[in-house]
Amino acid sequence: MMGSENDEDSHLHASRDEMENLFLREEDGDKSNSGYSNLSPPPIIVTPADSDPLFAPNNSSYIEPPSYADVIFSPFDDNVSDDGGGSRHSQSSDSLSLSRSPSSSSTSDYIKITVSNPQKEQDLASSMISGGSTYITYQITTRTNLSEYNGSEFSVRRRFRDVVTLADRLAESYRGFCIPPRPDKSVVESQVMQKQEFVEQRRVALEKYLRRLVAHPVIRNSDELKVFLQAQGKLPLQTSSDVASRMLDGAVKLPGQLFGEGGGVSVVEVAQPARGGRDLMRLFKELRQSVSNDWVGSKPLVVEEDKEFLEKKEKMHDLELQIINASQQAESLVKAQQDMGETMGEMGLTFIKLTKFENEEAVFNSQKARANDTKNLATAAVKASRFYRELNSQTVKHLDTLHDYLGLMMAVQGAFADRSSALLTVQTLLSELSSLEGRAEKLEAASSKVFGGDKSRIKKIEEIKETIKSTEDSKNVAIREYERIKENNWSEVERLDRERRADFLNMMKGFVVNQVGYAEKIANVWSKVAEETSQYDRESS
Amino acid sequence: MQSPRSPSSQPFLSVSVTDPVKLGNGVQSYISYRVITKTNFQDYQGPEKIVIRRYSDFVWLRDRLFEKYKGVFIPPLPEKSAVEKFRFSAEFIEMRRAALDIFVNRIALHPELQLSEDLRTFLQADEETMERFRFQETGIFKKKPADLMQMFRDVQTKVSDAVLGKEKPVEETTPEYEKLKHYIFELENHLTEAQKHAYRLVKRHRELGQSLLDFGKAVKLLGACEGEPTGKAFSDLGTKSELLSIKLQKEAQQVLMNFEEPLKDYVRYVQSIKATIAERGTAFRQHCELAETTKLKEINLDKLMLTRSEKVGEAEIEYREIKAESEEATRRFERIVKRMDEEIVRFQEQKTEEMGVAFHQFAKGQARLANGIADAWRALLPKLEAASSV
Repeated sequence: MMGSENDEDSHLHASRDEMENLFLREEDGDKSNSGYSNLSPPPIIVTPADSDPLFAPNNSSYIEPPSYADVIFSPFDDNVSDDGGGSRHSQSSDSLSLSRSPSSSSTSDYIKITVSNPQKEQDLASSMISGGSTYITYQITTRTNLSEYNGSEFSVRRRFRDVVTLADRLAESYRGFCIPPRPDKSVVESQVMQKQEFVEQRRVALEKYLRRLVAHPVIRNSDELKVFLQAQGKLPLQTSSDVASRMLDGAVKLPGQLFGEGGGVSVVEVAQPARGGRDLMRLFKELRQSVSNDWVGSKPLVVEEDKEFLEKKEKMHDLELQIINASQQAESLVKAQQDMGETMGEMGLTFIKLTKFENEEAVFNSQKARANDTKNLATAAVKASRFYRELNSQTVKHLDTLHDYLGLMMAVQGAFADRSSALLTVQTLLSELSSLEGRAEKLEAASSKVFGGDKSRIKKIEEIKETIKSTEDSKNVAIREYERIKENNWSEVERLDRERRADFLNMMKGFVVNQVGYAEKIANVWSKVAEETSQYDRESS
Repeated sequence: MQSPRSPSSQPFLSVSVTDPVKLGNGVQSYISYRVITKTNFQDYQGPEKIVIRRYSDFVWLRDRLFEKYKGVFIPPLPEKSAVEKFRFSAEFIEMRRAALDIFVNRIALHPELQLSEDLRTFLQADEETMERFRFQETGIFKKKPADLMQMFRDVQTKVSDAVLGKEKPVEETTPEYEKLKHYIFELENHLTEAQKHAYRLVKRHRELGQSLLDFGKAVKLLGACEGEPTGKAFSDLGTKSELLSIKLQKEAQQVLMNFEEPLKDYVRYVQSIKATIAERGTAFRQHCELAETTKLKEINLDKLMLTRSEKVGEAEIEYREIKAESEEATRRFERIVKRMDEEIVRFQEQKTEEMGVAFHQFAKGQARLANGIADAWRALLPKLEAASSV
């Protein structure tokens, strides 16, 4: 993850903060430059946006207005829990108008999700047996003015398992769509991490996930999501069962299928991929089909002919690789900025100590003068260090877009996978049809040689013809499903491309504005020192 | 190292250390420097002289001055040798050259040191002579006139600790001097820490530069995957990032040379003062102990005179010799004290000036860098705006 804010602050210990504040407070009493006078420890810790430069007097730039130093928005309109995952989707927080392309929802629509208040609860079902296992629930608060929801603000309590259920149900209902991936189960992490840290990490991830869901123009209207957000008490969605019980169910049905009963895939089930279902038979068939697809020389009856699709898939893959790379380099950049700020601050504090020392021990005026010069340098270094840290926390928010898109690229892969599995279903059914028809032909040929008709064979032929008919129906459904998914894919990828371009441009703008603003502030700090030490300017050449 | 603009009647002595050249082979290779002296001093061989010197010649000069001018804060030399592979890097050589230049010029500007014969030798002797001098001096640093040493030991064995009253070595305990010593020792700690942070800051500049470079490259590759206008925007972003990386590397070097190096020099200077303090301590002890010994000899002499012993003559000679040595030791000590009093004033003023310059350059450099960064990114904004409105 792109550097949690808590990490950098754990480097600050009380005495260092005290020193900084003590020193700067003395200094700022006589300064008219009120833009600096409200600097408090990085706003991550203290929520009130003391350092909101929107209210600072326009004193900060050499360049023509607008100075970006003034325009850097204070990112702390939202409460501390906001890590900005969905903030570029909701229209609330950005005071700069970095709005996306007009295709996004109009400004009157509003839905905002907050995840908070994790609490431990007792698992009543197992408390008899295992002596009471506990789980965590989170409060999910929705604020909205959308008419589809009952009310403008409401909360429910959900546990992580409910989120898994929601994600699974959405995956079924929205095949072909780029569904934002849900947070990991993180089984290992939940064992290894400190409980509090893990819960907080999960809370943040859940909030991001839900915000992405409501940002999706189609999914935000889904019943599953609405139910998840609104229904009090137990989540009324069909729970996903685990693989083992699914296998068991499938194993029960299998003998019947092997002996020819319940011929073919039911029309209902064919609309879902084989993998998540209980029909082992179907699973085997499709697996066999996919293997035969892979064999060189054996061509399935319907292939992915759509060149455009294949190219697109290739491009998406490349894009994903580059986003991964850029995201990694962005993390390095963030770390380098953070280190710069830290070292600058530490150096400043060292010089503050030196100043105090010289002042205490001063015997000569030259010492006092030097102590004064050192103080100016030290103050500047501490201020610059603050600015680096603020710059960095903003940079993290902006460049997090890259990280977010990694998740969305996974969603795209999911959508493409839906298409492939739907195609596989079609292919399998076509093969089956073809083999059934082959058998029927053979039987007819054989039976026509028997004079008077072959009662048993004729019966068999009829049975096969029935199976062929139902398989035909399934095939048609499968094809329709495949076409539908193709449509979804296409529109989703289009939408994603558009949104991604807009998001990336916004990211770049935000990043650049941020850099400009803070660079100006830092430049001012040092220019001041250069002025204060101008008597030492020895550049004669 | 100013070009002398003063009228020719005003005495000046200015030196430059230039042109580092690698000489010799393999393990024995070393750097030699051209040392150019411009002066109107009477006892110098003319207005300009050029000689070739190497690092150990500078060390010789420093050691000689330290021996002869006790109490003066001898300007410090840059460190002896760095890690092998770094020893001949362009950066290291340049930094050393600059430090050596400062070293010689500080000597040339010091009212006492500039008159030193050893300085004259250093600035004018040909290389062979210089080498000869250098070899002779190995070990002289520690040598003391043999006679005095012998007498000193004799005295020590005769005088018991009980008479002197202490086990501990004798030390000055005036409050001002105590304060000074405490100040110097504490100052070294503060400065060392400051210098360490300054060095780390140099590294941070380099790291930030590197990460901007990598980020720029990654972002350009990403842009290649995207259609317009995002693709072009990424490409512009990446190019800017690479450009800024260069600025950061440049600034890193500036901070190293104009900020970290002066701080290191400051530390070295303080260490040199510590060496002078040690010398003063030695001189003080000699002065004390010889004074004691003289007194004892006097008492002994008086006793012998009273008893009209035949040893009086011998004792009288001994007494007179010891008294002369004691007076010499006292003079030496007092000269050191006087020099140090003057030196400390010079030192404080010099350091205020030098630190002021260093701070000023640092602040200017940082401001320049930050403005450069702001300008570079700002130039990108109209393009990004244009791209968004497409």
